[in-house]
Amino acid sequence: MNHLLSLILFTPLVGAAVLMFVNKRSENAIRWIANLFAMAGFLVSLPLWFYYDDRNPSWQFVERAAWIPSIGADYHLGVDGFAVLLLLLTTMMGAIAILSSWTAIKERVKEYYIFLLILQTGMIGAFVSLDFLLFFLFWEVMLVPMYFLIGIWGSDRRLYSAIKFFLYTLAGSVVMLLGILALYFNYTDPQTGLHTFDIAQFQQHGFDTSLQWWVFLAFFLGFAIKVPMFPFHTWLPDAHTDAPTAGSVILAAVLLKMGTYGFIRFSLPMLPDATRAFVPMIATLSIIGIVYGALVAMAQRDWKRLVAYSSVSHMALVMLGMFALNPVGIKGSIIQQINHGISTGALFLLVGVVYERRHTREISEYGGLSKVMPVYAAIFCVMMLSSIGLPALNGFIGEFLILQGIFTVSKIWAAFAATGIVLGAAYMLWLYQRTMFGKIENPKNENLPDLNFREVMTFVPLIILAVWIGIYPTPFLNRLNTSVDRVIARVSPQYLQQNASGTPADCGQKPAASKWQVAPCGPGQAASPATAPAGTVPADQPKKVERKAIPAGGTAPSHEPGKAKPPTTAAAAPAKPVGGR
Amino acid sequence: MDLIWLIPLLPGLGAAVNGIFGIRYFSKRTAGVLACTTMAIALGVSLTAFVQLLGLSPEARVHDVVLFDWFPRTALEMAGGRIGSLHIPWAFRLDPLSSMMILIVTGIGFLIHVYSIGYMHDEPRGGVARYFAYLNLFCFFMLTLVLGANYLVMFVGWEGVGLCSYLLIGYWYEKKSAADAGKKAFIANRVGDWGFLLGVFLIYFTFGSFDFREVANAAATLPVETAQFGTLSLITLLLFVGATGKSAQIPLYVWLPDAMEGPTPVSALIHAATMVTAGVYMVGRNAVLFTHAPMTMEIVAIVGVLTAVMAASIGLVQTDIKRVLAYSTVSQLGYMFVAMGVGAFAAGAFHLMTHAFFKALLFLCSGAVIHGMAGEQNILKMGGLKKYMPVTYATMMIGTLAIAGIPPFSGFFSKDEILLQAFLKNKFVYGMAAFAALMTAFYMFRLMSLTFFGSYRGAAWETAGHHGADAGHGGHGAWHGPHEAPKSMMFALVVLAVGAVLAGLVGIPTAIGGGNAIEHFLAPSFEASHSAITAGGTGYAGTEAGATTHPGAATHAEPATAPVAAASVPAEGGAEISKAFELGLMAFSVLIGIIGIAVAYRFYVRRPEIAARLEQRLAGPHRVLTNKYYVDELYDATVIKGTMASANGLWAFDRRVVDGAVNGSGWMTIFSSWFSGIMDKYVVDGLVNLVGSVLQESSFVFRRLQTGLIQNYALLMLFGVFAFVSIYLLVVRSL
Repeated sequence: MNHLLSLILFTPLVGAAVLMFVNKRSENAIRWIANLFAMAGFLVSLPLWFYYDDRNPSWQFVERAAWIPSIGADYHLGVDGFAVLLLLLTTMMGAIAILSSWTAIKERVKEYYIFLLILQTGMIGAFVSLDFLLFFLFWEVMLVPMYFLIGIWGSDRRLYSAIKFFLYTLAGSVVMLLGILALYFNYTDPQTGLHTFDIAQFQQHGFDTSLQWWVFLAFFLGFAIKVPMFPFHTWLPDAHTDAPTAGSVILAAVLLKMGTYGFIRFSLPMLPDATRAFVPMIATLSIIGIVYGALVAMAQRDWKRLVAYSSVSHMALVMLGMFALNPVGIKGSIIQQINHGISTGALFLLVGVVYERRHTREISEYGGLSKVMPVYAAIFCVMMLSSIGLPALNGFIGEFLILQGIFTVSKIWAAFAATGIVLGAAYMLWLYQRTMFGKIENPKNENLPDLNFREVMTFVPLIILAVWIGIYPTPFLNRLNTSVDRVIARVSPQYLQQNASGTPADCGQKPAASKWQVAPCGPGQAASPATAPAGTVPADQPKKVERKAIPAGGTAPSHEPGKAKPPTTAAAAPAKPVGGR
Repeated sequence: MDLIWLIPLLPGLGAAVNGIFGIRYFSKRTAGVLACTTMAIALGVSLTAFVQLLGLSPEARVHDVVLFDWFPRTALEMAGGRIGSLHIPWAFRLDPLSSMMILIVTGIGFLIHVYSIGYMHDEPRGGVARYFAYLNLFCFFMLTLVLGANYLVMFVGWEGVGLCSYLLIGYWYEKKSAADAGKKAFIANRVGDWGFLLGVFLIYFTFGSFDFREVANAAATLPVETAQFGTLSLITLLLFVGATGKSAQIPLYVWLPDAMEGPTPVSALIHAATMVTAGVYMVGRNAVLFTHAPMTMEIVAIVGVLTAVMAASIGLVQTDIKRVLAYSTVSQLGYMFVAMGVGAFAAGAFHLMTHAFFKALLFLCSGAVIHGMAGEQNILKMGGLKKYMPVTYATMMIGTLAIAGIPPFSGFFSKDEILLQAFLKNKFVYGMAAFAALMTAFYMFRLMSLTFFGSYRGAAWETAGHHGADAGHGGHGAWHGPHEAPKSMMFALVVLAVGAVLAGLVGIPTAIGGGNAIEHFLAPSFEASHSAITAGGTGYAGTEAGATTHPGAATHAEPATAPVAAASVPAEGGAEISKAFELGLMAFSVLIGIIGIAVAYRFYVRRPEIAARLEQRLAGPHRVLTNKYYVDELYDATVIKGTMASANGLWAFDRRVVDGAVNGSGWMTIFSSWFSGIMDKYVVDGLVNLVGSVLQESSFVFRRLQTGLIQNYALLMLFGVFAFVSIYLLVVRSL
């Protein structure tokens, strides 16, 4: 078990290496090998689901070895619940993407699969790195295969899109690197007295507020481009539209999560003061993104571009939930990242299916497909509903948590953000009507074959997950407890104050607890926050939060619309830099 | 009662089996029988649970079943900085209100499933299985909606029925109008859901819980918001926005008439009996919140009565048999909201139940007519069908009398109760509601007259091959003229007709010697639980502004705030109203119904030329009504065009400005690199080359010195030696 993460990390790379020695003419052998390695990559990552301990607040499956000792960079891997979920999403979507390419790719098959597998390693590496330099290495490694995937196997304006994707993200990551170096030079490991790239240590260090601001902005540029947030989003529709299906799937399901992962993993816990200060800016950009993405999606005539813009809208919602800076919002944000991977990934796969048959993405070329492709129409329907957040499917879980989380911060923001659910339904249903309903008017669509077995298999796991998360999200949400607590301890410590002092707030204060409250308010619930990163929360912090009994006679809890509670800013200040600079 | 979770699950399983296997493998009969069986068992379970519930004492009639956690506990801040815990289980609750609803849904649902076997007989095989899968799925969600013990489980059903409505309206998806109507329904509902969700968020923020009972108990301790528009008013208003979407009230009612594109049994089940009443049910579920928000109550009552009048007036001139019924549904739903708005929650729920019977009956009868007429839906092309379809005629007449409020049919009792309560609260609302009742009687009898009386005006049946949209024809080749429907359809008609007659008996008002059993039965569902109400409740009555807005002050059997103990007090204990007066009101509303019927009979049966003349004389108003007040056109011109215009505008903005900036910086880079190239080539490299060329040029000068002739070199050397010696002598020696 000790090297599980390395095993997961390098399985795809080994696959790529093996493929190099296969004759490029034997295309089917190449396909089999790639699929086997991708499937193996998924299987070896499965133990993470079972052996990850959601009560243990420390990093798990840790591996550490010296990498570049002279600058304090280590080969340091480890995961928490958040990383586990994204990692499993990556390995699963990677396997699905590779399976979906079987007949779609007919040229340069060998190179294609090699790039996909290298990409896989890059993404996994970014999620498991606990060393900032290592993270940055993997972050950059991802760009190259994606660039070639779009540039070689893409469509129409593939070169333009590939270069745009590459340069745009590269520009962001260069600035991000400056931020990383700024942190690096402003912190020394108290034990060794040397500079370090250790993420875990950065997360517990209170950096100088003005430094936090600059570094936050630097990180923001890097991550916001990747997410992508509103004004930085235009590379995405181009990249998605011109990428091959598997590329779009990976891009939507995993690559975009790099940005949000970066925010939650780095910006929030390392720069809590700046994070709190930038909440209004990010919330504004996110709300614009939600509405703007949805409206622009409505205007699209290109099927894939429509899904790409819906992605902009959904990722803006993810950002909004994250910057609610409360456990509900952040959990919703993370679970919505998974959901977005599932539903948008599936939507791109679906476009890919008909693109492979008809070689066009124009919506007007289609219509009435339910008649000839009923299975396809049914799967599309489920995934559309997941995407527009129908309750009892996965999308709703994230949407609800995010909106409830942000509602606590500002009712106005929540009201605007919730318009996304109306607009989302509008553009998706309209798309569905234009493609699936009506009579078949284009003779080219009359004999389209329905999904074959392999294609159905690419969707089955996604549908199962969509229903599972929609009905019983507890296993997913519980795995996030410690990760979220780690972030909350930094950005909104008042929550842990409450929990650390005993039981969740409503225990024992509701006079008539109803019968269904079987889940005890026992110590099990509060176990993780109590043992959360010790020393990060100053014990003497004033308790800002008072408890009141809910039905307190005649005094209603005062209703103050629009008055958001700014989180206390006392969190990071007391822990002064130990090593000095 | 512990098995109530089976009630939604059974049709859910039916839907899954029919949806996954049925479409491919099942015969029409198998698919239909499977769906009916699940509903029959669900009905049985519901009846058992209902009987068990009746066996309990009135205060104890609540039974919760918790399956498992849906949203596990997570800390979240609430109003006033307290940190609450967000926690939502999959919990179902059986109480008087939900038990009534599950009986309606499973009972009428079962009948409509049976009816559908006959009605959908001519559809292709896979289509029938798909239809039954959708219909079963609908029942699954509808039962989840009414059994859910918290807002979120209810919302699952709430959105789910919207989805099934979308799927079933668009069942004939190849028809553009059907697909459009489905989409319109879903999006209009989503607009309502926006309000509903915000209301739910605010509920958590205020009360820290999503459970109906906990929220109601907490709200019961808060003061009634008479003077200011406070949190409870906002919550209830947002919830009501949700209800206007689901229950087709102004301003979101526009989707319901279009929803008639779906198969007729669907219209009966979803768009008459069950789904559209979900909004009414939801308001009733939140009775405690609403009674604490009198301002919202007033809005509810006024929106309800305006909807009732407006829809009834449109119904006066429609010629499509189903559209008349659709507007009638909108109008009756308005009635239910009037009841809710004046605080007569039990009366509203009672009308919900009787309406479910008679309106489902009316729709199924219209389906039988459409079936018998081979798809014809225009009532102007019918007439005289009485002799061809006697059973349909008789049952539809029962439904018409019920909706017109003629005793002793069910509609009389429930409608009369609402009118009475409205009269006590708000005379304006009462007047409008009575007017709507007049129009209801009129347009319903117009419908009956044009369809069943007079002479036949339709197509001759030798040549008739008119298979319209809603074609459900009995599968025997060419059309042989109007005829009765098959047995499975007749069965449903007769059972529903019996229901439409008898359903009112559970709510006979005390004024004419009944016990008004249903109000007493439902009352506990509209109150905070007994323990909590002792703290608050009527204690705030002193701050009331006036009797018109105060729920409970001026009523005789007001269930809303009356404590449980008061339910046993004789209901005619109200101060302002005598028994005779109540009887007078009752007689008046019957009179209204009779007038409406008589006028319609005169216009459309005795002297049809009057109607034609009126139509010409009032051409302007007639056109406005025929065009439904141009509301669809208005929405199209504003909301839809506006959204599309902003979408296209933003798309252009995205390409030109946002992406323009990106491309612009790209071009800037390219330009600057080109410029650098130029600089490099001509300036930097130029300098280098300049040095070279200077050297070259200068070397050209110096090269002339290198002649290769020894004599020249010797001469130069001589000069050199001479120069050095001279310098040495002149400079060095002199130092």
